[in-house]
Amino acid sequence: MAVETEATIEERTQAFRDHVTSGGKVEMTDWMPDEYRRSVLKFIEMHANSEIMGVLPEREWINRAPSVRRKLALTSKVQDEVGHGQLLYRLAEDLGKPREQMLEDLMAGRTKFHNVFHYPTHTWADVGIIAWLVDAAAILSQKALLTCSYAPYARTMQKICWEESFHIKHGYDIVLSMMNGTEEQRAMVQEALDRWWGPLMQFHGPPTPVEKDKDLAWRIKSKGNEQLRQEFLSMYVPRILDLGLSIPDPNLRYDEETGRWQYTEPSWEELRSVVTGHGPRSQERLAFRRLNYDQGEWVRQAVMTAS
Amino acid sequence: MDMHVYEVFQQQKEGGALVHSGNIQAPDDRLAIHYARELYGRRGESVRLWVIPRDHVLELTDPDLLKPPFDRSYRSVEGYRLRDKLASVRAAREGS
Ligand SMILES: [Fe+2]
Ligand SMILES: [Fe+2]
Repeated sequence: MAVETEATIEERTQAFRDHVTSGGKVEMTDWMPDEYRRSVLKFIEMHANSEIMGVLPEREWINRAPSVRRKLALTSKVQDEVGHGQLLYRLAEDLGKPREQMLEDLMAGRTKFHNVFHYPTHTWADVGIIAWLVDAAAILSQKALLTCSYAPYARTMQKICWEESFHIKHGYDIVLSMMNGTEEQRAMVQEALDRWWGPLMQFHGPPTPVEKDKDLAWRIKSKGNEQLRQEFLSMYVPRILDLGLSIPDPNLRYDEETGRWQYTEPSWEELRSVVTGHGPRSQERLAFRRLNYDQGEWVRQAVMTAS
Repeated sequence: MDMHVYEVFQQQKEGGALVHSGNIQAPDDRLAIHYARELYGRRGESVRLWVIPRDHVLELTDPDLLKPPFDRSYRSVEGYRLRDKLASVRAAREGS
């Protein structure tokens, strides 16, 4: 009897695998193999963490924004990103992990968030480069999630991608305004680009063979790391050069023969070290997240007692 | 027996959004499911239905909250016109 049950689970898992690899969708209440649940949960949790950690470098600039309109726009972007965190943590909770646990794991450094949010910001130009290029790199991965096999995630990504388009445009607007400014402002943009180029090239992760990428196999995501980086380069290298900026990589060029961008190998060692909490601002940002979490405790208490 | 109204949400294709399709009246949850199937699923046009007691639906329509009269263009893609800015960056670049 036990043997028969085991075989049934294997058959179900195989049927599930066939279902998702042929483009089938999964809803929260559908049966799914534990491994799929764990993978999709981990993916969404990391995404949610990145949304709420990603606002910390930007919030540092709300009080220093150069005009009221910029202040409003930056505040709106921060509000959007935290909202994305809310939507994504909700999806993850439905997959079985309580929110408190996810926040505890994040603050204790047991779970990760994107590399780009572990770095400091130096000038207002960083805010422009982050909103324009970091959000652009992120939206490419996010658009590849619109066809995610986990349907609640795919539907949520429609709203998120729609909001992200304002972030990118606002970032581009900041960069263009500065490029229309003084020599000093243009230099600030170039310096910011020089600072962010390395982390941007690392952002999508090292090239991983398709057969080794579980998230691809389960159709959680639809594009591999290298493909996303190639798309990013194809879209943004021309736009960056168009502004008269230069890209700090002497080896960067488009190879007509292979139809691919060539570039200096990004430092995967730096990526690994940064996302495991050893980036220049990793601990400071986590401490700030913890401080806010603790200071907000009375609000959570009040909400629960009021209802 | 009291009749209750249930709102029906229909998913027409796998993975799609659940879209409000109408409502039905039924004395209890079990029959509500049955009626929903008869009205919104009898031709195989749905892959999933959500049947929700109307009393459980919370509604918000207040325009002061949803369509406030302030300028919110700074929040939207339409709030930024880049064409002229881009043209002048290019002109300056070519001029130099
Ligand atoms: Fe976001
Ligand atoms: Fe964003």
